[in-house]
Amino acid sequence: MTTATLEHPVAGTPTSPLAAAIGDIEGWPEPEATDGADVQTKELVIVNWSGELDKVWPVLILSTTAAASGARCKVFVTFWGLLPFVRDGVRITGENWMQRMLSFMQRPGIDHLKLSKMNFMGMGPWMIGSLSKRYNVASPRELLEAAQALGVEFIPCQMSMDMFGLKASDLIDGMGEPAGAATAIEIMTEADASLFI
Amino acid sequence: MAETLTQVIDAKGLNCPMPIVKTAQAMRTLPAGTLLEVHATDPGSVRDFAAWCRSTGHTLVESTVDGGTFRFVLRHK
Repeated sequence: MTTATLEHPVAGTPTSPLAAAIGDIEGWPEPEATDGADVQTKELVIVNWSGELDKVWPVLILSTTAAASGARCKVFVTFWGLLPFVRDGVRITGENWMQRMLSFMQRPGIDHLKLSKMNFMGMGPWMIGSLSKRYNVASPRELLEAAQALGVEFIPCQMSMDMFGLKASDLIDGMGEPAGAATAIEIMTEADASLFI
Repeated sequence: MAETLTQVIDAKGLNCPMPIVKTAQAMRTLPAGTLLEVHATDPGSVRDFAAWCRSTGHTLVESTVDGGTFRFVLRHK
């Protein structure tokens, strides 16, 4: 992935079948400026919003697999989705009683995710956890480590950090620079696919 | 470029997406043209390795099954 070579070295050659078909009829469209970027590399953007076990898990599976498949992958981490990215050992966060109360009611950290349904005071996540071990499904923690090792960029939402009272030092190492909605929109509109989970 | 089998990855027992992730990590360290063999037990890996090779440009040289073990031979692009 360090050297980028173009499969279609002819400038402006479209890569999609539809664009190629149109190009056959109308001639190649004018090339767009790519600033030397690798136009072949696909990009996936996921907005990780929910913070629930059964949604964070697929976010981590898909982002890890995207990176393993040679795609660039960025995950915009916002609202409840921030809580799994709070580092180990950080328990009560925030500066005022409401922020502290929120972190007390929803324990942050990758090992403390709740299910969106059938949570049953933690019984559901425990059952899912033991089933995943029995069937050798990688845990959210293992997948998060693999995702970071493969270069998935996790971008925390600054506004959500402010609202929850989370500082950059409360989040795990290796997070991207905090950003806002305009960054989310830019990366989503430039990506080949974007998901809101 | 000489084709040498450099590495065998044992992904038996691992579930989606770890056989692919382990393979991708191994591929990063290998030079072009080398062959890599992966053993897996996840039935979903049959479609997944074919799809992964289409995505990455590596070649799926062989995809066979022996009992419950799937064997994939991949050539680094």
